[in-house]
Amino acid sequence: MIKFFLMVNKQGQTRLSKYYEHVEINKRALLETDVIKSCLSRSSEQCSFIEYKDFKLIYRQYAALFIVVGVNETEVRRQKSLRRCKTLFSNEMAIYEFIHNFVEVLDEYFSRVSELDVSFSVPFLMVCGKAHSGPDQIMFNLDKVHIILDEMVLNGCIVETNRTRVLAPLLILDKMSES
Amino acid sequence: MSDMVERTLTALPGLFLPNQLGGPAASRAPFFSRLGGLIRGVTALSSKHEEEKLIQQELSSLKATVSAPTTTLKMMKECMVRLIYCEMLGYDASFGYIHAIKLAQQGNLLEKRVGYLAVSLFLHESHELLLLLVNTVVKDLQSTNLVEVCMALTVVSQIFPREMIPAVLPLIEDKLQHSKEIIRRKAVLALYKFYLIAPNQVQHIHTKFRKALCDRDVGVMAASLHIYLRMIKENSSGYKDLTESFVAILKQVVGGKLPFEFSYHSVPAPWLQIQLLRILGLLGKDDQRTSELMYDVLDESLRRAELNHNVTYAILFECVHTIYSIYPKSELLEKAVKCIGKFVLSPKINLKYLGLKALTYVIQQDPSLALQHQITIIECLDHPDPIIKRETLELLYRITNAQNVVVIVQKMLEYLHQSKEEYIIINLVGKIAELAEKYAPDNVWFIQTMNAVFSVGGDVMHPDILSNFLRLLAEGFDDEVEDQQLRLYAVQSYLTLLDMENTFYPQRFLQVMSWVLGEYSYLLDEESPEEIITRLYKLLMSDFVSSETKAWLIAAVTKLMPQAHSSHIVEKLIQEFTVSLNTCLRQHAFELKHLGENVELMKSLLQGTQNGEDIVADASLSFLDGFVAEGLSQGAAPYKPHHQRQEEQLSQEKVLNFEPYGLSFSSSGFTGRQSPAGISLDSDISGNSAETGLKETSSLKLEGIKKLWGKEGYLPKKESGTGDKMEALHVPAEGATMENVEQATARKDQAQGLTQSTEEKEKQLLASSLFVGLGPENTINLLGKADVVSHKFRRKSKFKVAQSDKTPRAPNHTSSTLSTLSHVAGVDDVALNTLGGGETELSSELLGSEPVSDSELPSVEKLSSISLPAPSLFADNNMEVFHPPSSSATSTVQEINLASLLEETHECKHSSLVEVCSDENLSVSSYKIWKDDGLLMIWSVTTKTDSELTDVQLEISPVENFKIIEQPGSCLPVMEPESTKSFQYGVQMESPSVEGTLSGFINYQILDSHSLQLEFSMNLSLLDFIRPLKISTEDFGKLWLSFANDVKQTIKLSEPRVALASVLMELQQKLRLHVIDVVGNEGLLACKLLPSTPCVLHCRVHADAVALWFRSSCSVLSDYLSCHCQKTLTEETKMSTERKFGVVVVGVGRAGSVRIRDLRGPHSSAFLNLVGFVSRRELGSLDEVRQIPLEDALCSQEIDVAYICSESSSHEDYIRQFLQAGKHVLVEYPMALSSSAAQDLWELAAQKGKVLHEEHVELLMEEFAFLKKEVTGKELLKGSLHFTASPLEEDKFGFPAFSGISRLTWLVSLFGELSLISATLEHRKEDRYLKMTVQLETQDKGLLSWIEERGPGFKRNRYLNFQFKSGSLENVPSAGVNKNIFLKDQDIFVQKLLGQVSAEDLDAEKKRILHCLGLADNIRKLCRPEE
Repeated sequence: MIKFFLMVNKQGQTRLSKYYEHVEINKRALLETDVIKSCLSRSSEQCSFIEYKDFKLIYRQYAALFIVVGVNETEVRRQKSLRRCKTLFSNEMAIYEFIHNFVEVLDEYFSRVSELDVSFSVPFLMVCGKAHSGPDQIMFNLDKVHIILDEMVLNGCIVETNRTRVLAPLLILDKMSES
Repeated sequence: MSDMVERTLTALPGLFLPNQLGGPAASRAPFFSRLGGLIRGVTALSSKHEEEKLIQQELSSLKATVSAPTTTLKMMKECMVRLIYCEMLGYDASFGYIHAIKLAQQGNLLEKRVGYLAVSLFLHESHELLLLLVNTVVKDLQSTNLVEVCMALTVVSQIFPREMIPAVLPLIEDKLQHSKEIIRRKAVLALYKFYLIAPNQVQHIHTKFRKALCDRDVGVMAASLHIYLRMIKENSSGYKDLTESFVAILKQVVGGKLPFEFSYHSVPAPWLQIQLLRILGLLGKDDQRTSELMYDVLDESLRRAELNHNVTYAILFECVHTIYSIYPKSELLEKAVKCIGKFVLSPKINLKYLGLKALTYVIQQDPSLALQHQITIIECLDHPDPIIKRETLELLYRITNAQNVVVIVQKMLEYLHQSKEEYIIINLVGKIAELAEKYAPDNVWFIQTMNAVFSVGGDVMHPDILSNFLRLLAEGFDDEVEDQQLRLYAVQSYLTLLDMENTFYPQRFLQVMSWVLGEYSYLLDEESPEEIITRLYKLLMSDFVSSETKAWLIAAVTKLMPQAHSSHIVEKLIQEFTVSLNTCLRQHAFELKHLGENVELMKSLLQGTQNGEDIVADASLSFLDGFVAEGLSQGAAPYKPHHQRQEEQLSQEKVLNFEPYGLSFSSSGFTGRQSPAGISLDSDISGNSAETGLKETSSLKLEGIKKLWGKEGYLPKKESGTGDKMEALHVPAEGATMENVEQATARKDQAQGLTQSTEEKEKQLLASSLFVGLGPENTINLLGKADVVSHKFRRKSKFKVAQSDKTPRAPNHTSSTLSTLSHVAGVDDVALNTLGGGETELSSELLGSEPVSDSELPSVEKLSSISLPAPSLFADNNMEVFHPPSSSATSTVQEINLASLLEETHECKHSSLVEVCSDENLSVSSYKIWKDDGLLMIWSVTTKTDSELTDVQLEISPVENFKIIEQPGSCLPVMEPESTKSFQYGVQMESPSVEGTLSGFINYQILDSHSLQLEFSMNLSLLDFIRPLKISTEDFGKLWLSFANDVKQTIKLSEPRVALASVLMELQQKLRLHVIDVVGNEGLLACKLLPSTPCVLHCRVHADAVALWFRSSCSVLSDYLSCHCQKTLTEETKMSTERKFGVVVVGVGRAGSVRIRDLRGPHSSAFLNLVGFVSRRELGSLDEVRQIPLEDALCSQEIDVAYICSESSSHEDYIRQFLQAGKHVLVEYPMALSSSAAQDLWELAAQKGKVLHEEHVELLMEEFAFLKKEVTGKELLKGSLHFTASPLEEDKFGFPAFSGISRLTWLVSLFGELSLISATLEHRKEDRYLKMTVQLETQDKGLLSWIEERGPGFKRNRYLNFQFKSGSLENVPSAGVNKNIFLKDQDIFVQKLLGQVSAEDLDAEKKRILHCLGLADNIRKLCRPEE
């Protein structure tokens, strides 16, 4: 189960956060700082999965932006004698690729929209490759990014990965608000 | 106009942003949105402080904007996004929540969407504002605009109040038939959400889930998989019939039959594949037949996933996991192993990680696989990435055995020393301790490893580790010499550790040390006990030792004392701690002191262990009987049984800790045994046999039974018998393994060529030490039985000892219980067989009936070639339709002819038929059959109409505590008119509970109309699951001794029953207990909770009371049974109530509610009977207590007593009215706000001859008891009592001297009458601050100052300081929670009502109260002379 989805920049500023289980607001800030700290401490030779408390973090870096997904697949079952948690199986690679899928969707949306509206200008992936000011442009449309993410993840489950289907509701909204 | 405002507002931050920040980013802001400006502003900042300033500014400007009436929805939308951003950064934006809801309500499409989005981000599941959203959602769900429907569905599947589900459920169900896939898909996801938060509410739509699974659109089908994964995880057996469907879907996906747009980097729907594989894994687990269905598709999945892309690895990984989860097939396993090889050997670090993870999983099934990858594993063990290292250790942990344990634990310890993360430490320490305990090769290694565990794991580790370790040392193993060596080594090792200067050990470690030193340092030759005591004393005096640890240390000293010759240090210690403020330490010190004065007692008590003898304890505590009888005759309160205390505890937040040593392993189950701390203070033991001072039954020989304190009850069962065998099996395997490893290494050698660096050789060496014992020959030993492998520390089998011993000892708990039970079961079997025979016949009849078919086969649609231009939101993507097996939707019917069943069961007892629900078409009745081996619930359905009913389906909702067996979800395709059919369910109680409710519903259709539903429920009681346990008196004795949990209860009978017989008869008939034997006025009974939890009962009639004594292997069972016994036996008693006082509670604030709760609670006095309450508010009734108008209360004959719990200012008035009306009065303090009024009231009470009682719970507090003890006999020089708290309204609670009268009462009660010297008041109304300073003088000229200080934010606190001639007292130790003080106060009141309090006492109390009120009056006059 996905417990949270974060976009954080290198300075540790949160660009987007979505929690799939209620976390108190002050605890969120703490968690996000911790998470970005542990991501920054990793080198590119190290693997993209980190253990953090009882979460597993899966992260991907796009230029100065980190996308981090926290999953938690341990079920604490108090057994009589032994202090063991039952570990359910999580597939880190599936999440890792899901992050990329999400980025591709953003890329498609913002490049498509850019034809209609100058303010969106550069596609996300290209921006990511270039300079760290890029992701900000995406972030100016915080609501749109959230709407996209809502289509893809619900209640901690990946529910849609088909790009066309993910974007369809948002494109319709855009079209309608235009007219 | 509004446009202008908008423009101004938009410009506003632009005006001050650049000025205050001066950032270049902000000046470019106009180009971007307002949010853009904000983000840029924040990004440009360097410090958190600046960020906070900026955001606070932003928030206040937003606050103004959102609440301005002129704000347009468009602006509001913009504001919402900024609010989202602010809150994301961690700043509270709760003022905007309501506006988010409004926006969702009123906005046009995009605005609405943002409104919903904000709601889903801001609010959580149980937020109260969420209710305001429900109407909007309902409206949008009914909208004709699909986009709105979509949004509503999305928000419902994110966040929705559980209790409002019924409001939208029908709407969402309708959406499942919608023509657009996106609507159907979202509807399914919304139902998934409901399933997560309220599974019961969507139970009836399970068939619709099946339809969604068969949907012609891939997306809808995929959405339904989330529900199925969840349901299958919970209960895989219910969905086996769908296996073929899942396989078919996966086949199509893998085969590339989906539209291309579902692919990701040309891999067809990878996440869908993963989801399906996961489901298959769960379905195929331990099920050969189901697994066989999926072998083909798994094989194909492995084959197809060849593309070298990350996502294919994700699929492969899942595939391997599934293959190893299901029933194995060698061919597939081989392929999976090959696949893992690809992962592990990959240069890509992420894949390597996955490979290790897969390997970790896989080697649990087949440890020899580790051999294939040993070199990789070794490399990973030293990998620079700690995550990889950690995963490798996890892997090694799974393959640890007696031969490689040393190396593996060493590696784990190395890692442990480097890690700082608490989670990792806890986890690793637990694993190391487990391995060390299981496989330790020798004593030295074991102790050293555990030392490392304790010093690193310290206070974060799981407390079980500590208790397991101590138990291990205490109980010992097969070899006594070995045991002593182990203990000796532990002692030596700890002494060395303690001698090191400047090292600090965690508290837990110190506790271990002190226990071991206390127990076993006599084994040392070279050091005298005095030296040890000196060291312990040194620790005791150091600052870093917590008081808990100090208690352990003192316990150790106590144990060592008898061995020491001179006790100079002990005396010092006693002096030091008898004045300690910590009650626990003080108690220890006093014990130590008393033991020191009585050497004989001390020696007999404390020297038992050292001679290698077990401590024996008289479990029945018969030696206390005399004492108890004496206590009772002097009016001491009788002992409260365990469950009663538990209930009291429940009503308290915190509970006094009765276990000062902190050593008790687990509180229940320890009754009647001594804790390893040597001297026990366990509350369960003390005063246990108090009851009514009965002597133990001599006929049972229960007196002076000897019990070992460490007995088999705690040992893992597996080890007792199988240990030897396992070792025998294991020994020959070892040699073979060694060979095998050598072979493997040799092969590797050849492969790697002859040139080997020394480094590689090291690795080889490490490999051979790590993977020893993992050869295929060993697999049998290891497979799935990791726990059974030969243990170095095999605990000695005390069962044998018990058998050879002549004295009657507790026999092995499990085996004896089992044998007696199986004996009983044998008898039951016969009865069962006859019954079972009947059933088979019935079911064979059933087989003849027609198989039920699913009427709703998915309709096949033609592939449509029509496609809408992009964006194709509502286009339907068609996919090939697969056909689920025809019987999939309905489970087999179980139908039993009622008549024949009743005939069948005429020998079993059954309840009468009760109608549980009905409508115009049918009625459902139910009854219980108490079969010997279980409870059978029968629901019989009778049709009432002339038309036939179809699809009759009865379902029972799953409930906690109960397990429903036999065909959940029965269904009848057709029911003839005016016929009766029955459904039967077996019910089991999974964990004992007093009562439970079984609910369910019945669905049916009549004449093609809508499906109708009727709900019903049945109560089940513990008694439905109690059966007589027919055993002999001897077996009873054995069982009795083997159980530790005992519960005693004395029940007063209304009329003394002449004989025991009537009591026994009642228990036998109403509770189904089996009467085993009757001796004189004592009886033995036994029963079992189905299936086989026994409970034995000893009962004895004594004058007008019956004493019941339960014992069972399950503590709650005893408790619950005793409750039922009490109910049964007192039922008649209740009828003839004694004289009761009717009570009315006036005012239902906090105090009033507590009074009401106490009056209704089980421990309230039998003389009081709550009639109702009086309140100025219209409340109707509260928790079934009715409201009474004041006038009625005053003149009601029913009411004899009034509890005045209203605010202080109204006390006087109420008291007067009730006294006038001739009622007794209990009033919360202060009874009045002036002493003259109080004087009046007392006179009135005396005149009317009624009791007037002022509550003073503060005098019943533990702290006061402590103070009283401390103060008595001392001469006060000066003292102060300073009280702080939050403000109180003076017009309600009176002048501070009155509202604080309880403090004054303390002082007066402690020091006698006081005279007032001075009083001042500092009062700042605007700050709501108030400080009253009062100087008082005792009769002995001691000075007392009393300060009441109140202000906003002040914590409730009491600061005390008393200077005596003989020392001083600062603050009261927190004595824990004051239990039921209001109840105690009430008891005093009742005593007054019954005239049990002497006139002198009453007078003294009245004098004290008037004195206090008089002082308060004078204080007020000094502070406010103008009044």
